[in-house]
Amino acid sequence: MDSIIKKICAGDVRSASRLIRDIEDKIPEARAKIKRLYSHTGKSFIIGITGAPGAGKSTLTDALITELRKSNKTIGVLAVDPTSPFTGGAILGDRIRMQSHAEDRGVFVRSLATRGALGGLSQAAGDAIHIMEAMGKDIVIVETVGIGQQEIDIINHAHSVLVILVPGMGDEVQTMKAGLMEIADIFVINKANRAGAKQLQMELTSMLNLSSKSAEGWKPPVVMVGDAFKPETFTENIVKLSKKIEEHHIYLQQSGKLTERMHRKAMAEINDTLHACLLEPVIKSLAAGGELEKFAEKIKNRKADPYSVAEEIAQRFFKKENEK
Amino acid sequence: MYFSREMQEASLKLSRKWEDNVQKSLKNNPDQKARFTTVSDKEIRRLYTPEDIKDINFAEEIGVPGEFPYLRGNQVTGYRGRYWTFRMFSGMGSAQDTNNRWQMLLREGQTGLSTAFDFPTLMGYDSDSPKALGEVGKCGVAIDTLEDFLALMEGIPMDEVTTSMTINPPATVLLAMYCAAADIKGVPLSKIGGTIQNDMLKEFIAQKTFMCPPEPSVKLISDTVEFCTKSVPRWNTISVSGYHIREAGSTAIQELAFTLRDGIEYVEDVIRRKGLNVDEFAPRLSFFFNSHIDFFEEICKMRAARRMWAKIMRDRFHAKDPRSLWLRFHTQTAGCSLTAQQPYNNVIRTTVEALAAVLGGTQSLHTNSLDEVLCLPSEHAVEIALRTQQILAEETGVANTIDPLGGSYFIEALTNEIEEAAWDYIHKIDDLGGMIAAIEKGFPQMEISEAAYRFQQQLDAGEKTMVGVNKYATNSTHPLPLVDIDEKVSEEQIKRLKDVRRKRDNKAVKKSLDDIRGACKKGDNVMPCCIDAVKNLATLQEICDVYREVYGEYKDPGLY
Amino acid sequence: MPERKIRVMVAKPGLDGHDRGARVLARCFRDAGFEVVYTGCHQTPEQIAAAAIQEDVDLVGLSCLSGAHRILFPRVVELLREKDADDITVIGGGIIPEQDFTMLYDSGIKAIFTPGSSLDSIVEWIKKNINPTSAEFL
Repeated sequence: MDSIIKKICAGDVRSASRLIRDIEDKIPEARAKIKRLYSHTGKSFIIGITGAPGAGKSTLTDALITELRKSNKTIGVLAVDPTSPFTGGAILGDRIRMQSHAEDRGVFVRSLATRGALGGLSQAAGDAIHIMEAMGKDIVIVETVGIGQQEIDIINHAHSVLVILVPGMGDEVQTMKAGLMEIADIFVINKANRAGAKQLQMELTSMLNLSSKSAEGWKPPVVMVGDAFKPETFTENIVKLSKKIEEHHIYLQQSGKLTERMHRKAMAEINDTLHACLLEPVIKSLAAGGELEKFAEKIKNRKADPYSVAEEIAQRFFKKENEK
Repeated sequence: MYFSREMQEASLKLSRKWEDNVQKSLKNNPDQKARFTTVSDKEIRRLYTPEDIKDINFAEEIGVPGEFPYLRGNQVTGYRGRYWTFRMFSGMGSAQDTNNRWQMLLREGQTGLSTAFDFPTLMGYDSDSPKALGEVGKCGVAIDTLEDFLALMEGIPMDEVTTSMTINPPATVLLAMYCAAADIKGVPLSKIGGTIQNDMLKEFIAQKTFMCPPEPSVKLISDTVEFCTKSVPRWNTISVSGYHIREAGSTAIQELAFTLRDGIEYVEDVIRRKGLNVDEFAPRLSFFFNSHIDFFEEICKMRAARRMWAKIMRDRFHAKDPRSLWLRFHTQTAGCSLTAQQPYNNVIRTTVEALAAVLGGTQSLHTNSLDEVLCLPSEHAVEIALRTQQILAEETGVANTIDPLGGSYFIEALTNEIEEAAWDYIHKIDDLGGMIAAIEKGFPQMEISEAAYRFQQQLDAGEKTMVGVNKYATNSTHPLPLVDIDEKVSEEQIKRLKDVRRKRDNKAVKKSLDDIRGACKKGDNVMPCCIDAVKNLATLQEICDVYREVYGEYKDPGLY
Repeated sequence: MPERKIRVMVAKPGLDGHDRGARVLARCFRDAGFEVVYTGCHQTPEQIAAAAIQEDVDLVGLSCLSGAHRILFPRVVELLREKDADDITVIGGGIIPEQDFTMLYDSGIKAIFTPGSSLDSIVEWIKKNINPTSAEFL
């Protein structure tokens, strides 16, 4: 076995973080490492945390880490922040709220920038999860960007999805309409000491009662979490949240839903890798030769239609592969 | 204002003529830049005329010193009866080292003391905490126990000299030490006077010296206000500070607005939590502003501040006592305007800034030393800074008349504009649910970060000038002798602390800490137990750890 | 070889909370196209070194205005070295008198930027001296 694979499986943070970096930078050799790593993955419980900016995702993650560490579980955290479309740069600021765990060897926090991905995660997130799993983390928490309302990539990666809402942000119902309603396994009403929390809870519960999901056997609970500045009640709420997550885990295992989710995840992985391994190189090579521009030009001037162009490209690239 | 119709018409006519002349002149002599702005990036017009102040109601908006709206000053007689207090912020190394510097300053004509504490003290850690590594005695004096504090006050007549203490999260502890020290020296609490900064909101907003979350932090502040109102009547309970907000990169308007809004938050809390009448405690609130390099902007900011606070106290809190309406303030010249390059230029900057503070009507002033951007100030540098104030007061004649710039078209117009923009911010924060809510949302923090970044970009682009930095830079250096705090200070301080821990009655310490814990949990005033605890030689950190335990620890939310 | 993205960390060791410079730099680095991890105020050298490794940054920029740099900056370098991560470049800034430069350089700090340094000069230095493509695959 590769020395880096060995090191990662032994939990070495530096090697793991390095490999994540190479995946982010799309270093070809990195894929080979993942291939060899893959048999060591699939054992962690993966929690997704999503919700609008300012909902308090990082603070909740921080508190969950503290709670989960009490039972000695090892934890990996992937915190995703947006890349600026203008400069390509990013400020990765989630970690700041988790810095008190920096020295805890049982906790590994890694920030990722979206680098153009739109689904709330980064392209590298899937492999970064694999790497953390190979390190032997009991739990991997993935915190999404929380900017858009299309952040549903997380269901392809996580076993339990937490959707964080805050009273008074005005967009709760919108959020629900936009699809976050369907992806939630657990709802958290954060900053629940604020005005409007009770009402939000009622609205949410009544919507959940109408939803088809409850018929499946798991009715997403609504957990109220108060002000993080009031240590006593906050800790109590977090203990409750952590129990709900555990209950959901047990439910998934007992109902067979866990295998269903693993299957869904595998399908998504095929989809993602096909895109990365087949489509991306094609697009890149066409772009490098200036052909991509020419095709676009043709389509624009109605000299060709997109389907014919796609067929022509497929002919050229994939035929060749077959002939070889 | 008070212009006759004929005069207004004449003025308008002349202004138009002048505008025509400007247009003609610009053809041959274009302006040096497209925009003329203050250091805060506020655009300034080429000329101000009677047109700009014609709508001002003189009696209501300007008035005379000592009368509402106090635009021109709180004191009826201005600086003639008494200059502003020359108050140099100082502290370094051990209590003994700082006491030596204080004795020198008092000898040289300083009229009030002002204490700089080191970072472990400011953050509520003892000198032997791992968090204190490398910091002990560096930026100020290290205080762990009452013994250190007594050494600091050695030979200082506590019934004559007032002492300002720049202390925030552990303000209750330092105030307790001050009271305990007075008690030991036989000075009654009714005779001592001074200030604790005790302004936590600006810490969350700007300076980031925090310990507990905002809500309990404000509770502790209200405890000190209540305690002093009843027992230490000459004490200034909160120094609501804009200085640090400005140093963090805010504009003058943001400094003004956030500071006054912080003041509102404190007044509301004391009334709600302690049930005091506004006039019982409001006269002991004071303020602290920055005097930055943009001369007129600063003067107008200070004038606007006085008028705004008077309106806030009258209209929002229905205060009756005129002293409640007074905005009394200390000023410090802007540390962030100083440059490490060609440091002697800093004397000139500080002089201009100090002059602005005086023309703005400050009650108390600290002038920065020329070497403060490099290290703690040397004795010589402090002396020059103190002399700067003395020259302004006693040679230049600027203190002869009250508010000498009042009535200037420009000054009155700019004062109004600044005030209006500051109200907008205050209303915005009201809409957000008050300052604590705004802080939780990161509103003031983000506004400041944005302004700081914009300024730095303008500096880099050459749109703003710092002499010796982005213009007129030279390689020639005239090195300054720098003050250096030896690591030995830390070793000796830790040894003193350990000695105290050994010799004190640990049972008594434990009991008094339990009392503080009980008071915190019940929501009682912590001050009486705090005084007992420091007398029993409980350390600063031991008391602060109780606060952290009961109230929780605040973490930097990292908004930028 | 695909283009490597520069990753940097801005950190404030010690107890001083004067984070104006750190915040301005974080924004400036983002606008220069870097990925920037900011640790917030009041960090111990141990927290900073651990975070730098977890985040696999190329560079750590330390900011200190309290005078504690002589102890805290070298400590960060030392901790990185102990963890086999001395390929992570450490630079510093803040109120740092020139007389301390030699001592800091000797301890492994690669560059010092004091007040008055332009943002461009810092970005330029990083672009010139940090080359993640050379990062040897473990």
